[in-house]
Amino acid sequence: MDLLNALVAFANFVVVPATAYGAQLALGALGVTLIYGVLRFSNFAHGETMSFGAMVVVLVTTLFQSWGISLGPLPTALLALPFGILATAILLLTTDKVVYKFYRRVKAAPVMLVIVSTGVMFVMNGAVRMIIGTDDRRFADGERFLISARDFKTMTGLSEGLAIRTTQVITVVVAMITVAALFWFLNKTRTGKSMRAYSDNEDLALLSGINPERVVKITWLLVAALATIAGALYGLDKSYKPLIFQQLLLPVFAAAIVGGIGNPLGAIAGGFVIAFSEVTLTYAFKKVVTYLGPDSWAPDGLVQLLSTDYKFAVSFAILIIVLLFKPTGLFKGQSI
Amino acid sequence: MIEVRDLHMHFGGFRAVDGASLTLEQGSITGLIGPNGAGKTSLFNCIAGVLTPTSGQVLFNGEEITGLKPHELFHKGILRTFQIAHEFGSMTCRENLMMVPAGQTGETLWNTWFGRKRIADEERALRAKVDEVLEFLTISHIADLKAGEISGGQKKLLELGRTMMVDAKMVFLDEVGAGVNRTLLYTIGDAIKRLNVERGYTFCMIEHDMDFIKQLCDPVIVMAQGKVMATGSAEDIMQNEAVIEAYLGTGVKNKKTEEAE
Repeated sequence: MDLLNALVAFANFVVVPATAYGAQLALGALGVTLIYGVLRFSNFAHGETMSFGAMVVVLVTTLFQSWGISLGPLPTALLALPFGILATAILLLTTDKVVYKFYRRVKAAPVMLVIVSTGVMFVMNGAVRMIIGTDDRRFADGERFLISARDFKTMTGLSEGLAIRTTQVITVVVAMITVAALFWFLNKTRTGKSMRAYSDNEDLALLSGINPERVVKITWLLVAALATIAGALYGLDKSYKPLIFQQLLLPVFAAAIVGGIGNPLGAIAGGFVIAFSEVTLTYAFKKVVTYLGPDSWAPDGLVQLLSTDYKFAVSFAILIIVLLFKPTGLFKGQSI
Repeated sequence: MIEVRDLHMHFGGFRAVDGASLTLEQGSITGLIGPNGAGKTSLFNCIAGVLTPTSGQVLFNGEEITGLKPHELFHKGILRTFQIAHEFGSMTCRENLMMVPAGQTGETLWNTWFGRKRIADEERALRAKVDEVLEFLTISHIADLKAGEISGGQKKLLELGRTMMVDAKMVFLDEVGAGVNRTLLYTIGDAIKRLNVERGYTFCMIEHDMDFIKQLCDPVIVMAQGKVMATGSAEDIMQNEAVIEAYLGTGVKNKKTEEAE
């Protein structure tokens, strides 16, 4: 029995990756939740928005690399992030002007906007594929590990290693900064309060000194920033695949709904709930169990509850359970 | 101040407002009464920009305002309250009131980050104004409570406070007294009266409570079946045979005869 090694193995294969993944989902879900809260529809194009933002970051990173600009041990992508946000902001504001504005004016039902956003999703998806192609791209550079498995082993003398990649740490740190800035913005500034007021009671907001078009515009700007950061961090942590973002839409929405859609705090909690469930349920616990029990008890199988192919089923199942038993989500969001 | 000319509001075949014409004088408190379904709220919504009238005109100081959106009317100083009080439930009463004035410095992203000093000054002035408004309405003690958690009557006062934040010229009150207890109704009535006398507000209110109307309103406009049926002082209206027939019922008439005896 080796409790310490078991713990390290668990941390290495479950806690660390799930935390990074959770932070990415939380950022994605924040974007979905903001749109739902302020514009009152589920934006199915959000996954592709993340993809577009990440794509611009990838392109600008490549450009910077060819110019020899780098951030030393940090990935160059961080430097490209503002450009990605800017491009995505322009894309979203244009989409809003060309597409969504019309449906707002005719006061279209939310379900119609959902279908419209699905259309936007396909267009964005096509655009991204045309611009960058469908290949996998790795664009992380700089120092690969903060602590590598081997360093950890020599440091602690344990037989199990704990590797923490730079991108994972960056993901969590950037997510924390973004969330703190967002909450400060929503709770402390006049603009943020206007957004909350508009989300609380649209009729009344129209009868106050709140300019609805400006609220909508600023919402899209925030969503552009959140989506680009989420997409770029996801691509940085794994690799950039244009096709993955359509699949990512499900866990992102599950996170927003589980936490309580329309509630920013809920989106963050939801992101981590989904990420930890997904990673825990699809991890093969053989190693951990082997460390915990005597040698003779070592299991023959993988001790894996679900094959990783089914990881999306996890978010789907959680989504259904939450909708059945607590439709407003863990934190009180708007009911759907 | 407000002139409505031959206003029609049809919902499909149903004529909610069917050729109503009326004038609201500057500095008056006009009561709008009538049986349920007489078209009072539809008329209100047409004037306040929630509905676009089928035909007809609304003039504000001679300027045409027909079909303007609520926030456009807001900038002209025309405000309304709701039958069921509206509030930003997740914000405190103070924040609710601070939301009201338009064109604040902190509204643009640029100023949010780079105009901190100006925003701070502006907010200090706003806070002082909120304190003064709450004081006026005698609800200073609820300043820091969540607006979603205060009582129905307090919400109505908060709605009045909202109109005070921008020094409205013309305020439409939709059943401000509905579901409010007597004591609070007195406070609300008192606030309306003082706003009218001390600050020159013009009010137009839909109301069912005849006692409340009698205390505050002059003139009173009676609506029935989408049209204006009678206009006059509260006393005149209460003796008008046609109005008694259509709306007030014989109870009022009997009461009058009893008093005469």
